[in-house]
Amino acid sequence: MLTNYLYILIFLGIGAVFGLLPMALGYLVSPKNPTKEKLSAYECGFPAFEDARMPFDVRYYLVAILFILFDLETAFLFPWAIVLNKIGWYGFLAMGLFVGLLVVGFIYEFRMRALEWQ
Amino acid sequence: MVEYVQYIETLIWVLIKIFLILIPLILGVAYLMYAERKVVGYMQCRIGPNRVGIWGLLQPIADVIKLLCKEIIIPSVSSRYLFIIAPVLTIAPALAAWAVIPFSPHLVLANINAGLLYLFAMSSLGVYGILVAGWASNSKYAFLGAMRSAAQTISYEIAMGFAFVGVLMASGSLNLQDIVLRQQGGIWHWFWLPLLPLFLVYWISGVAETNRAPFDVAEGESEIVAGFHVEYSGITFAIFFLAEYANMILVSTIAALLFLGGWLSPFEGIPVLGHLFAWVPGIAWLLLKTCCFLFLYLWMRATFPRYRYDQIMRLGWKILIPVTLVWLTVLGLAIEFHLKPWFG
Amino acid sequence: MTEIRNYTVNFGPQHPAAHGVLRLVLELDGEVIQKADPHVGLLHRATEKLAESKPYNQSIGYMDRLDYVSMMCNEHAYVLAMEKLLGIKPPIRAQYIRVMYDEITRILNHLLWLGAYGLDLGAMTVFLYTFRERETLVDCYEAVSGSRMHATYYRPGGVYRDLPLQMPKYQESRWHNKNDIAKLNENREGTLLDFIWDFTEDFPQRIAEYETLLTENRIWKQRTVGIGVVSPERALQLGFSGPMLRSSGVAWDLRKKQPYEVYDKLDFDIPIGTNGDCYDRYLVRVEEMRQSNRIIRQCVEWLKANPGSVMLDDHKVTPPSRVNMKNDMESLIHHFKLFTEGFCIPEGEAYSVVEHPKGEFGIYLISDGANKPYRVKIRAAGFPHLAALDEMSRGHMIADVVAILSSQDIVFGEIDR
Repeated sequence: MLTNYLYILIFLGIGAVFGLLPMALGYLVSPKNPTKEKLSAYECGFPAFEDARMPFDVRYYLVAILFILFDLETAFLFPWAIVLNKIGWYGFLAMGLFVGLLVVGFIYEFRMRALEWQ
Repeated sequence: MVEYVQYIETLIWVLIKIFLILIPLILGVAYLMYAERKVVGYMQCRIGPNRVGIWGLLQPIADVIKLLCKEIIIPSVSSRYLFIIAPVLTIAPALAAWAVIPFSPHLVLANINAGLLYLFAMSSLGVYGILVAGWASNSKYAFLGAMRSAAQTISYEIAMGFAFVGVLMASGSLNLQDIVLRQQGGIWHWFWLPLLPLFLVYWISGVAETNRAPFDVAEGESEIVAGFHVEYSGITFAIFFLAEYANMILVSTIAALLFLGGWLSPFEGIPVLGHLFAWVPGIAWLLLKTCCFLFLYLWMRATFPRYRYDQIMRLGWKILIPVTLVWLTVLGLAIEFHLKPWFG
Repeated sequence: MTEIRNYTVNFGPQHPAAHGVLRLVLELDGEVIQKADPHVGLLHRATEKLAESKPYNQSIGYMDRLDYVSMMCNEHAYVLAMEKLLGIKPPIRAQYIRVMYDEITRILNHLLWLGAYGLDLGAMTVFLYTFRERETLVDCYEAVSGSRMHATYYRPGGVYRDLPLQMPKYQESRWHNKNDIAKLNENREGTLLDFIWDFTEDFPQRIAEYETLLTENRIWKQRTVGIGVVSPERALQLGFSGPMLRSSGVAWDLRKKQPYEVYDKLDFDIPIGTNGDCYDRYLVRVEEMRQSNRIIRQCVEWLKANPGSVMLDDHKVTPPSRVNMKNDMESLIHHFKLFTEGFCIPEGEAYSVVEHPKGEFGIYLISDGANKPYRVKIRAAGFPHLAALDEMSRGHMIADVVAILSSQDIVFGEIDR
């Protein structure tokens, strides 16, 4: 059974090779005459005002935090969903309680406008 | 000594199998690009590429050669190694996900029990390539594109995950072959019907995960120029392109497997037709179903305007997630009450 | 701990949605616009100065190149200004032709605008659809002037030549066989007027096609409703004109308010909006295309029934016919004088204005009695619109700036002059 996972590992490696090989080939056959202008960062034809890596809006990160919460929920749901047939009403209600709590949190977020963009 | 020979033999055999999957896949990607240009072309009253080869059939090959011969530009302000590694990070999971896809009852490279979980993981990994590309470029448009893409992908991943949970509940297995076999019994037994809302949610999130129109804000031509790959040129750009299209095919195939009965014939169980089409190999049905979804991708691209970024987030968080939660509850109840004919 | 600052980004000139060469400096908080600062001048060609260094009639072509998507309307304002100072009025048939071509130009402009607007919001199919119809209309341009864009067709005292009695036809080629050609030439068998009539018969269905793709599309509405709202009072204060003003709910149209040429004899309506947002601007322009179609039909009917001269017979201003020129000494002299020295315009100043597809397009002309203008001032319709971009886009997101900019129908040839 575990050999199957080895296949996947090999496949991943080959996937990476499929990315690297054309790049190496491209590097070999393509012309190389860089100029200062050509190597400058793109900003619609004008020199950039400032570095692109600066402290940035927090809203993107808020989404990321919410994501972690819900992704964990999915991770808990996966094994539960498979055995739902076997665990019957007890399992169903137990998970109902867990998801119910999260839904309350979700509604709270909704109400606190954490999901609004502006 | 004999052991080593055996190992090497297995290894070579596996490599052959991998190439048997990858080469048709790469060809599929190339001709999906061609099909896109043709299909969208005809939808827009023009004829698309028709100069390279008959009907322009050699166009994708010409494109690849052209991109190979273009200069690779690595901006001076970028982080060199990350910049080069980013396309690889995008393409590797997009290809590796194919390891667990069953093409017919016995045609699968790695028949693992956690198949669906693996697919879920691989589809999430793709976003790292985009994020790294945007950050490494050190250009504002690329950075904005990467941010948008990351936030969008993770938002839709939740909805997609919930849709997967629904499939798991209905099938009781993570193994993709079992999931398909569980749908046996004709078109009305496929999961699209009992899981209809989840099917729609999956498809919408699938389109959003691949950054395709109308959710293509990460590239957003007219807003942030090309988003995360604005600094990429030549073959490095081509690899992003390849990954995007490979992901499109992947999402379509998964949709066919999970909701449209994979390799199962749609005429199963119908008296005359079922017999008439019994000779068609399963893989042909799978291909056909995948192509329908791919066509849908192109159709959507030609029809819809682009969503605004916050509207995408709103759709994901405020509509898709509640819908899936409600339907998961309904589904749970249906399973507990052994609703016939699906959960009898 | 570094402080969080706003992001400053160059948007354009090398940007797909910059509508030519706009440079916009955006100050962003996240994706929200704090300030949008348009920089103009990258397409400056000194048209006004050039016009001052040439005889009057040689600058008509420059006017085409101002707003290069509504060529004949620009000419119209310039020609009207000259006629005003000269105190002449073209024959009625020429006036009808001018009105018809003004409206064809309006449709041309709105079609390009609609296509670009769709493209900017990600609906790329509309672009290809509108260009299909534009093709027919630029053929009309070509039929009268020989040029598909920069026509130089209007002249002081009329239009350069009468409408042709035959449409140019497609020829057989490697790519098109006999049957294809027969089909392509189907509507080209008659005169130019028949050809235009055929277009107007078909065009309302085409508009319906665009509307099917956009008007009730939920994504389209989400992208445009409530974006870049301008109140009617504010629109007046900002100096808006044309569809921008009308979509805010002010029924101001120069074709109705101070009719020039024969607009007072024609029957058409002025669509106005209610909310002054991007969606209303879209609806107003689409309806304007329908109204233009109506006007064109009326003009075609009149022109079919009333043949006549299209140019004044005053050869101090208008060129004599080429046939006369070969036989008649005086005509030859007139011709030579007109095309070398031009004509002199009596001292004075005039402001003439037309309802250009983008708004009020005016030419202010001062003459000191010479054959060249002393001063030409061009009032570009788009300039005040662009100036309001900052106000319209504050608090919106990057994607909305694109929508607002696009809904203003900006063309840089006109703004930078």
